[in-house]
Amino acid sequence: MADSIFQVSDLRVDVPDMTRKPLFGAAPRLEILKGISFEIPRGAVLGIVGGSGSGKTTLGRTLVRLVEPNAGRLLFDGRDIAHLSDAGMRPLRPRIQMIFQDPMSSLNPRLTVGRTIAAPLGAKVSDARVKAALEQVGLPADFAGRYPHELSGGQRQRVGIARAIAMRPDFILADEIVSGLDVSSQAQVLMLLEQLVADLGLTLVFISHDLSVIRRLCSRVIVLRAGEIVEDAATADLFERPRHAYTRELLDAIPIPDPSVRW
Amino acid sequence: MLDGRGLIRRRAGARLWLSGLWLTVFVLAAVLAPLISPQDPLAQDLMLERLPPAWVAGSEPGYWLGTDSLGRDVLSRIIYGAQVALAVALVAGLATCLIGSALGLVAGFYRGWADRIISRIVDIWMAFPPVLFAILLIAVLGTGLTSVILAIVIIDWTRFCRVVRAETLNQSKMDYVHSAKVAGFTRLRTLLSEILPNVLPVIVALLTLEMGIAVIVEAILSFVNLSISTDQPTWGGMIAEGRTSIHQAWWVLVFPLIALFFTVLSFAQFGEGLRERFDPVLR
Repeated sequence: MADSIFQVSDLRVDVPDMTRKPLFGAAPRLEILKGISFEIPRGAVLGIVGGSGSGKTTLGRTLVRLVEPNAGRLLFDGRDIAHLSDAGMRPLRPRIQMIFQDPMSSLNPRLTVGRTIAAPLGAKVSDARVKAALEQVGLPADFAGRYPHELSGGQRQRVGIARAIAMRPDFILADEIVSGLDVSSQAQVLMLLEQLVADLGLTLVFISHDLSVIRRLCSRVIVLRAGEIVEDAATADLFERPRHAYTRELLDAIPIPDPSVRW
Repeated sequence: MLDGRGLIRRRAGARLWLSGLWLTVFVLAAVLAPLISPQDPLAQDLMLERLPPAWVAGSEPGYWLGTDSLGRDVLSRIIYGAQVALAVALVAGLATCLIGSALGLVAGFYRGWADRIISRIVDIWMAFPPVLFAILLIAVLGTGLTSVILAIVIIDWTRFCRVVRAETLNQSKMDYVHSAKVAGFTRLRTLLSEILPNVLPVIVALLTLEMGIAVIVEAILSFVNLSISTDQPTWGGMIAEGRTSIHQAWWVLVFPLIALFFTVLSFAQFGEGLRERFDPVLR
């Protein structure tokens, strides 16, 4: 299947559970991902949704190989990257980018915005690509000289997006990128991402605990619970006919504004 | 309306300028000692012994801070003593900083066996009482400026190592380190270009603190007569000599003590001032 950018089959991640470690002997394993299989077609925008502790962040971090899976296959562009070493991953890194949840901690506080964007490109701050990336995320070019703490939360997250798209990657992982922002910045960042997906033809995985956010952006949704996929469907189908009880629960959790209610 | 930031900035400025001013005087005194000292610091004159400072009755012109029990000029000896203090502060401070910080960065970032080895050595090192350790080292190495510097480096690198390791551990957990991995940086590049700039403020603060400590350690070693031969005046040596005649000539003890006090204080304040002035996060 050449049109799939990621093919994941029976992916498992477990960690030693130190809270239940006996005095002597090995700690029991805590399964975080219990055999996950799915595909991400090129150009798709896939949403991964689930409650806290469902393993969605671990799944994302395994896709970009910040976490090494314990078992299973992880094919990127037809090549198994599940157990590639750091050095082996390095040539692939520019093609797989990530936008982090907390833009304060994911931007180096002592580097200017310009250097943060330019360094992964191996370019100077004055490079045209830095300016172009800032422009694409709607930030003025003179922001290149600013430090992260001089920006608002929404602006920082735009810098995170700019850094990822400046690499011209084949794939971007967005891990809860709006959950730390206030509602109006959330809307702006989502609109920006929507536009970038359309303009640049990005392949995007968007992780969230909020289905209403997923609905705007994603063409397909994977619902994760306790390390297992409970539902994998096109967004419209999922919202129209949720098959699993857990999906219905998540759908019911979306607050629907009712203009007839007064307070 | 009162702008709180302005107040903080002004205080930081005063701290930086005052300590910088004293350190400039200190460095100039050390470098220009032969030009500016009013007397020969080693010339003894028993006719002029225990002269009081210039503003006390019974003083002689030209001996502004008085003389000691051998008739040597206190001011000139303080000025020449700054040479030893400066050499110790710079060389011992920087060497300690380089060795301790490098080991701390490696231990905190790479973890694993490197961390285990380095941390155990630090634990063992810190169990020695530092002053006794220094005296023992000097006894083995022999007296002299090089031995004093060597002793300070051998004892004090652990201070840097501990603090830098802890800070590196903290920084290594931040998402920007993961982000550097996603960007395809090598481990070494992540350490040097991402983590080091964030640990640097701590290193600078520690370095200036260490320079002050080095001056004090040298003074302690001089005080117990284990530092440098008697034909080079040192502040610690002067304090030791002054102690014996504290009731007849307080100035022999007090003036080098004041010089020592302000120098050590200025080093620490200078470091803090630099941090407040140049750290982009605090600015």
